[in-house]
Amino acid sequence: MARLHELARLVRSKNAGPFAVTFDLIFDDPATFESVRDAGVVTPELFARLYGVPEEQVMLVAYAPALAIKATIPRPVASGDLADTDVFGAQLYGPLVELEVPGVAIPPGPRFRGARP
Amino acid sequence: MTTATPDAITFLAPTGMLGTGFPEASLEAGLERRPAFLGVDSGSTDQGPQALGTGEPLLSREAVRRDLALLLPAALRHGIPLLVGSAGTSGSDDSLDWLWDVLREVAREQDLHPRVALIRAEQQAEHLAAELRAGRIHPLGAAPALEEATLRRARRIVAMMGPEPFQAALDRGADVVLAGRSTDAAIFAAPLLRAGAAPGPAWHAGKILECGAAASTARTAPDGMLGLVDGAGFSVEPLDPEMRCSPLSVAAHALYETPDPTRLVEPPGTLVTSDCRYEQAEDGRSVRVTGSAFEPAERYTVKLEGAELAGYQTIIPAAVRDPLLLRQLDAWTTTLLQKIRERAQSILGGALEPGAWSVGVRVYGRDGALGALEPERRLEGHEAMLLFEFTAPEQRQATAIAKSAGLLAMHHPIAGWEGFVNAVAFPYAPYEIERGAVWRFSLNHVWELADPLAPFPIAVREL
Repeated sequence: MARLHELARLVRSKNAGPFAVTFDLIFDDPATFESVRDAGVVTPELFARLYGVPEEQVMLVAYAPALAIKATIPRPVASGDLADTDVFGAQLYGPLVELEVPGVAIPPGPRFRGARP
Repeated sequence: MTTATPDAITFLAPTGMLGTGFPEASLEAGLERRPAFLGVDSGSTDQGPQALGTGEPLLSREAVRRDLALLLPAALRHGIPLLVGSAGTSGSDDSLDWLWDVLREVAREQDLHPRVALIRAEQQAEHLAAELRAGRIHPLGAAPALEEATLRRARRIVAMMGPEPFQAALDRGADVVLAGRSTDAAIFAAPLLRAGAAPGPAWHAGKILECGAAASTARTAPDGMLGLVDGAGFSVEPLDPEMRCSPLSVAAHALYETPDPTRLVEPPGTLVTSDCRYEQAEDGRSVRVTGSAFEPAERYTVKLEGAELAGYQTIIPAAVRDPLLLRQLDAWTTTLLQKIRERAQSILGGALEPGAWSVGVRVYGRDGALGALEPERRLEGHEAMLLFEFTAPEQRQATAIAKSAGLLAMHHPIAGWEGFVNAVAFPYAPYEIERGAVWRFSLNHVWELADPLAPFPIAVREL
């Protein structure tokens, strides 16, 4: 089964203002983008479960012009507040990297993605 | 770049943030294209609430002076305005005055005499409290309703201006506009709209150019971007001849630092990019964007940002290498923190009100990046870093607790060993580090304005 890092060109997270963090899953080709979008695993429920926010507060958008899936959630702690662990929201995407995506083939290409650790 | 039509406006973003630098060759290449203005952002909330709390910039004076020393003479030589938004990181009055001081130094050194407009964005808590009572301040997203006490606790509050104050400053003949807190795209949308550009392309081009060359396929270092807006859309082109934009790289930039790539909310309305087409131009380096739309808002709103003091902090980093200790780390830190709390009570006694101070520890190697959200919360390596933190109403109190805590940690018993243990490796002497004041963002609200200019006074100075 493919993992997200074998399918995406880039998985990243970053603050969208001090009170929200946004996740970008960016793909190389329309087929992979559409397969992951439609695979039923990148859902509001996924982000709600991983980041402890109510599902209705997860904004999930597929943006075809950029071959990207984007999710935005309220930050569990505001950027820089005493209990914050990640001021820029830069590493919050960690738990997404090895997400298993069933039924999507690893795209061929100059980089053999499976070789990445 | 597509051919310029007679009504086209060319403009230049020399870098994504003033003070992060750009190659001089890029600036010269951009100027040869006869841009109508230079725009650059100088602020951000990315790096946390510190800048707004203290009013101090996060970039050095030297770095900002270097960029201004190139941009100011370039703008004056070509007779085009230089617009700077969110001055000095937070865009507060103190950070605007700081940038104004840097600009004056550059002007003096080079014997330049610009007409400068300074636009303030800092707001008074009492005025906002009256606005709150009048029902003109609303929470954003899931934020709670605002209380007047929150406004009064804030050390600084800024409102994020739209394009109108920039336009008013240009109307008054400014060669340079130094603005307090503003939306990033407004810096560029302002002169474009003033020159008659359609709102959709003007706002969309501004949103892309505000990050300099970030929308190129591989931005290896801070650099600039050229924009060209005409009746039908806009084009973007990186200034470094080695860089290029692709339709994907430009579309992907709509994702950056924003919750929804198809709808970007600005004070006068919303940029809608859902029907955009991104096409590679014939040169293979620039990208043409059409279909950007702008929906005017029913009510003009500006975002408010505020920072309040959360306390003073002292921290201690310490490494742990003993395998026995690593296996019992949770239990060890739990009893240690309890011992530190008791010690803090005994040395600071009545000076510490309950709830006003705290001691804690982060465990790097286990859940340093994610904290309680870490789904794989286990310690597997052969070492870990403990980061102790002590927060109190005064710096000396936080440090007093830290000084006691370091030695308590050093000798806190490790189950399995008998006798007097040495439990932690401190990388620094002394082991404690004062962090100073720590701040928190306290406002996540918008303010309805009847007049987009009213909260943003403009002063024009001749140098």
